Amino acid sequence: MKVLVGVKRVLDPQVKARVNADKTGIDLTNAKMTMNPFDENAVEEAIRLKEAGTVEEIVALSIGAAKSEETLRNALALGADRAILVQTDETLEPLAIAKIFKAIVDEEQPNLVMVGKQAIDDDCNQTGQMLSALLDWPQATFASKLEINGDTAKVTREVDAGLESIDVNMPAVVTVDLRLNEPRYASLPNVMKAKRKPLDKKALADLGLDTANRMTTLEVMEPPARDAGVLVETVSELVNKLKNEAKVI
Amino acid sequence: MTVLVIAEHENGALAGATLHTITAAQQIGGDLDVLVAGSDCAAAAQAAAAVAGVSRVRVADDASLTGYMAENMADLIVSIAADYSHVLAPATTFGKNFMPRAAALLDVSQISEISAVISADTFERPIYAGNAMAKVQSSDSIKLITVRTTKFDAASAEGGSATVEDVAAAADTGKSRFVGVAASESDRVELTSASIVISGGRGMQSGDNFPMLERVADKLGAAVGASRAAVDAGFVPNDYQVGQTGKVIAPDLYIAVGISGAIQHLAGMKDSKTIVAINKDSEAPIFQVADYGLVADLFDAVPELENEL
Ligand SMILES: Cc1cc2nc3c(=O)[nH]c(=O)nc-3n(C[C@H](O)[C@H](O)[C@H](O)COP(=O)(O)OP(=O)(O)OC[C@H]3O[C@@H](n4cnc5c(N)ncnc54)[C@H](O)[C@@H]3O)c2cc1C
Repeated sequence: MKVLVGVKRVLDPQVKARVNADKTGIDLTNAKMTMNPFDENAVEEAIRLKEAGTVEEIVALSIGAAKSEETLRNALALGADRAILVQTDETLEPLAIAKIFKAIVDEEQPNLVMVGKQAIDDDCNQTGQMLSALLDWPQATFASKLEINGDTAKVTREVDAGLESIDVNMPAVVTVDLRLNEPRYASLPNVMKAKRKPLDKKALADLGLDTANRMTTLEVMEPPARDAGVLVETVSELVNKLKNEAKVI
Repeated sequence: MTVLVIAEHENGALAGATLHTITAAQQIGGDLDVLVAGSDCAAAAQAAAAVAGVSRVRVADDASLTGYMAENMADLIVSIAADYSHVLAPATTFGKNFMPRAAALLDVSQISEISAVISADTFERPIYAGNAMAKVQSSDSIKLITVRTTKFDAASAEGGSATVEDVAAAADTGKSRFVGVAASESDRVELTSASIVISGGRGMQSGDNFPMLERVADKLGAAVGASRAAVDAGFVPNDYQVGQTGKVIAPDLYIAVGISGAIQHLAGMKDSKTIVAINKDSEAPIFQVADYGLVADLFDAVPELENEL
């Protein structure tokens, strides 16, 4: 079985995002970038499936600027076998990303696609669902457990009510949640080996797809700030303030 | 112009999230239809018809919609989408699951988790865990939108008298099957609808210490939540998680106990009206958003709080 995993290069989750001077987006100059955390879980799951003998080949796909090669090298160092970079400097919407994924799926014919449930930059939570629609495959979103049994997979999904269990036919698109597994770190020898693993670069224009954005970002703003609060000395002072000042209890 | 809201409902009752989504739809304007899809959902359809401002309820009551599997839900939405300028669903795990699928089938983008309606084609939405707000304008002919429910008041559940009509479910794709939900049992109010929430973090040390928070919660009529660290450590189930990747809530009072206040946690609670932080580390970032901070050991402060209430 072959798995395609999606990896996106994003601002490191520990770094606080700041709006740029002309209010068109986030200032990413010299910012620390990393693999989208949810995608790390997708890569990890693919590696575990390979270690378990369920999967023979892991192909990592990233769509983005030339620097996304770093993110792909990271995926290769972790254990992906091959990588594909579809290069573009445009910020594409999930619909366009899903169309590009579909083109690569048509070429590569994987039995399973895994992507993070959302990217921590645009927080869209769309790409996996859109891809499965375009492929006419089933989807299993927000997965915290995945069991593949031949032609079907049993997936535990993190939903608002608790944990939901579904069965999907294979091939399928699975979007993964953070509790699916604990991602490993790449060892230094594997980082070195990853430099020689195959990485295929494609120009977006060569795919011949309509990836035009449907949305225009008119402005990016700072969220409203909260007023500074006060420190209280004792629990009874706290209770008193909640009753008489904030009037919330 | 007619706007469609996809109702989230369970056991014959509308979810609170649906009422908030209806308010967002009303801000867009036009006539308002509600789709109630599921199996045995006649009671939920009646509840939707009673919501103020709804003109028509369309009911797809079919066994193939059990568990709201995304494939069948998306096909159903696509089958009626031509009647609408906008299709809205709450940005809960219910709506987030099938809405992007329907959008892709219609070849339109989805506008995720809107926090404000500026006009019929322009919306505001949080990005980067709420560290920035983007104002976006959509050029799609049908706008598929999920709604951040905390940013819109609940529509009144009474006073409406919508017509109720059946609509045929789409053919079952057979691609996926609902097996079941293991929901946590609790008599307490639900996290997303509670007006007071008390949450515990890694500082709680163990799930065995959560009853301490539960006793305070019971005195206040509050719900109990948690940070991701507390859920990851197995102190409490996943549905307790508040944050960027858990639930987004905005109660009147949020009490964070033994929670440091990471960006991803703040993303889920910083719109709360009043925030209280109890933490032994005076440098913890949670104090930067707290209206009232108490630097204390939670194992002293929480029992004391219970006694003072
Ligand atoms: C992609 C991504 C998504 C995430 N999504 C979420 C999310 O949805 N929700 C979420 O919460 N997190 C999320 N996180 C994790 C987040 O970054 C933090 O790791 C997490 O919120 C920390 O939880 P915590 O505050 O309980 O633990 P810690 O950061 O370890 O803080 C524990 C706090 O308890 C205090 N403490 C310890 N003992 C005591 C005591 N006896 N008395 C008083 N105080 C005490 C400490 O001073 C400390 O401040 C996400 C992270 C990533 C990368």
